[in-house]
Amino acid sequence: MAAEVMLMNEIEAKAASMAIDLNIDFNSIQLPRGEDCGIVSDDEDVYHDDQLEFDSGFGNVIVVDNLPVVPREKFEKLEGVIRKIYSQIGVIKEDGLWMPVDPETKKTLGYCFIEYNTPQEAELAKEKTNGYKLDRAHIFAVNMFDDFDKYMRVPDEWAPPEIKPYTPGENLQKWLTDEKARDQFVIRAGTDTEVLWNDARQSKTELVYKRSYWTESFVQWSPLGTYLATVHRQGAAVWGGANTFNRLMRYAHPQVKLIDFSPGEKFLVTYSSHEPSNPHDANRVVINIFDVRTGKVMRDFKGSADEFTIGGAGGVAGVSWPVFRWGGGKEDKYFAKLGKNMISVYETETFSLIDKKSLKVENVVDFSWSPTDPILALFVPELGGGNQPARVSLVQIPSKVELRQKNLFSVSDCKMYWQSNGEYLAVKADRYTKTKKSTYTGFELFRIKERDIPIEVLELDNKNDKIIAFAWEPKGHRFAVIHGDNPRPDISFYSMKSSHNLGRVSKLTTLKGKQANALFWSPGGRFIVLAGLKGFNGQLEFFNVDELETMATAEHFMATDIEWDPTGRYVATAVTSVHEMENGFNIWSFHGKLLYRILKDHFFQFLWRPRPPSFLSAEKEEEILKYLKKYSKKYDAEDQDVSMLLSEQDREKRRMLKEEWEKWISEWRRASEEEKLERHRLRDGEASDEEEEYEAKEVEVEEILDFSEEVLFEE
Amino acid sequence: MRLITGSADQTVKLWNVQTGAQLYTFNFGSPARSVDFSVGDKLAVITTDPFMELTSAIHVKRIARDPTEQTEESELVIKGPQGRINRAVWGPLNRTIVSAGEDAVIRIWDSETGKLLREADKESGHKKTITSLTKSADGSHFLTGSLDKSAKLWDTRSLTLIKTYVTERPVNAVAMSPLLDHVVLGGGQDASAVTTTDHRAGKFEAKFFDKILQEEIGGVKGHFGPINALAFNPDGKSFSSGGEDGYVRLHHFDPDYFNIKI
Repeated sequence: MAAEVMLMNEIEAKAASMAIDLNIDFNSIQLPRGEDCGIVSDDEDVYHDDQLEFDSGFGNVIVVDNLPVVPREKFEKLEGVIRKIYSQIGVIKEDGLWMPVDPETKKTLGYCFIEYNTPQEAELAKEKTNGYKLDRAHIFAVNMFDDFDKYMRVPDEWAPPEIKPYTPGENLQKWLTDEKARDQFVIRAGTDTEVLWNDARQSKTELVYKRSYWTESFVQWSPLGTYLATVHRQGAAVWGGANTFNRLMRYAHPQVKLIDFSPGEKFLVTYSSHEPSNPHDANRVVINIFDVRTGKVMRDFKGSADEFTIGGAGGVAGVSWPVFRWGGGKEDKYFAKLGKNMISVYETETFSLIDKKSLKVENVVDFSWSPTDPILALFVPELGGGNQPARVSLVQIPSKVELRQKNLFSVSDCKMYWQSNGEYLAVKADRYTKTKKSTYTGFELFRIKERDIPIEVLELDNKNDKIIAFAWEPKGHRFAVIHGDNPRPDISFYSMKSSHNLGRVSKLTTLKGKQANALFWSPGGRFIVLAGLKGFNGQLEFFNVDELETMATAEHFMATDIEWDPTGRYVATAVTSVHEMENGFNIWSFHGKLLYRILKDHFFQFLWRPRPPSFLSAEKEEEILKYLKKYSKKYDAEDQDVSMLLSEQDREKRRMLKEEWEKWISEWRRASEEEKLERHRLRDGEASDEEEEYEAKEVEVEEILDFSEEVLFEE
Repeated sequence: MRLITGSADQTVKLWNVQTGAQLYTFNFGSPARSVDFSVGDKLAVITTDPFMELTSAIHVKRIARDPTEQTEESELVIKGPQGRINRAVWGPLNRTIVSAGEDAVIRIWDSETGKLLREADKESGHKKTITSLTKSADGSHFLTGSLDKSAKLWDTRSLTLIKTYVTERPVNAVAMSPLLDHVVLGGGQDASAVTTTDHRAGKFEAKFFDKILQEEIGGVKGHFGPINALAFNPDGKSFSSGGEDGYVRLHHFDPDYFNIKI
């Protein structure tokens, strides 16, 4: 819309016509009182924020203890050393370094105070230098000045803590005992977050809990499904319960951006990134690790973003999340972080580094835990123009013993894929051709559980094919690869156990020319959805890998997300708000039948609630499979009952609707009859009410196009 | 046999259907949007768009039997609704006029005095522009389609909401089968979503709903642009659809169509 433009003479003319004098006497203007003229500044918040930094008084002061006690002559030298160390971390305030001297001995007292400009720098200094070995006899003990105050206030008398009465908690696993064996999922659309049952039998959802503004950004389930985590400005929270969602615990972490649960749900890692006071520095990162049940901070990590972004490029919030990767299975025993030329592995008894030091690996760029065992796979790229080849190593934790190692020659890049039971590791290695002009890809397949961890090399039939996707069959011995350079790539299936030789990988089949760029195995294996997302606009193929045949092809136009339910019975496909239209989700059966679909505008997330692993032993599961027919009879009967009930209800509803309609129609018909005469009159006596049938008459019209006379011969 | 047409050239014309001759031209100050003959064809109701200083309006004109006696005069002019009035039709016995348009409110006016008799309930009514309106064969109920992705069925006398049909796309056109209890909805996409265009060819559908059960029974694909107009053949055995893609499609129903049972 164009702004209304008026000419000056138009304004003057208008003013004149309204008898308004446009001349202004500036002297007569009186300003409102106050420096701000009574106008509330909308920058107020900025001022408040700044002030908070300086309010704490001594928040930017640290105390460094265990310094050498030196006589006057050595004062300057010691001061110089201290200043040099501490200036590297931050800017020491003018006159901010004070080493008190004993007035009697004239020697230093062995500690000093250092004041920075911001509390962040002071904290960073404390982090970095606490425990620093100046020499064998002097290890710095650094504390925040404010902490002394806190510790000195501890009362001398010990007062026993109050015992709060025991309130038994709710059964947080109650949802697993649903009689209809349904699964739950959470969706976020608009400002609402809802947890729903997937009632596939009735082809609909059933609400468990709904809340507006439940989270301020996203939600996330804990890995075993016990908790739903929400993220807010002040921190994170987890919710759960027997039949509804109560807030179980809060975790304070201002401006938290990302969270991560440990696999056994014992710990929650939260991450935030803050702008530095000096714009040339990197962001400051704060990571806290909380005990989920008690809410206690077990450990925190603070530092510059540079320390946390090694190996991973960018990603959300500038860091490859999660920064700390958990290992050792569900016991949450270890977590590790990639560092410069090292991997820092911590254990959760004391939350400190194993053996008090990191694992030094020169040039390491990536690592990956086995999902089940405390084994790390790490990758070191090629160095020195081919002098030192790239290598993949498997390291046992906590012993740090290298279990297996393989040198890879001419490798430009590599990615590691573990199979879900930790039985196999696939390393996809991109290699340069001899001319170094192009790359081709091969796989190194490690059989972890076999003696000496044998490695097998696999190359695709066409070595030069680009690898688009790779996925292991969960709990199985097969994997799928999407490869090829055509607009419609090929998909190959391989097995780690071929029919005649268990120790060799073999190809099962290659599907040619598929509209797929993503692989989604069922969590129990055996079935897979070959999906074409993004450019393929939501093509879906439901494939049975046992029989190697397609069960169904379908489409969810513009689908952005695909997720199997934890039991492998259903597949959810969703269109999120990345697209403007057709937001919502579809629920399919595992063999590709669309069960129902729900549309929701501004759709952000769809997440199935995970299930903990089955408590049944392998033998019990086998037994159930053997007698499955017997068990199914019982459930088939139940299903039959439900569906009969359903159609009965359906029929009843329809009958009622029809009845209502008939009643209304007959009402109207009656009124219409009464008015019939009137209509007759309006139409000048034509009783055209009855003219419902139109007669189609075929009329032949003869049209003379041309008339010409030709004389054939003249007599 | 007469035909009445309204156009953006700010005129409404009467035509002789058999000969194609123009019988009369009514002139207006703004584009004419919708036209409808009354029962008995003696009156016509015309709506005009808002244009410059003119607000939208509903005009009632008397149609003379003999075209030479036709006059330009309006029997009645009704003003009031905001925005375009996309459709205005005669109620039973020509006693009322039903209007619907951009302000999403359906109104019933007295056709003699021009007084507003009823307005549709805001809670249950449409939430966005009403694009289309069609009466049932007997005039007892009418169907409205709206950009809010739904169509609603109303009682012509009381303006009570009887049924609602929900689809995934904004509705541009609606039609009711004269033969079976089916309603058809045709639509497209928001103008704002044009850049994320549906580039599936032939996938804009005319959706069929069971009128009483409000359930979707099927769709007819074929247009590759939004559907703007729908009409049933009065014998109920075929229907036509016109779309943004510049095509008019004529569909003849299979015998199976008449046996649909839910």
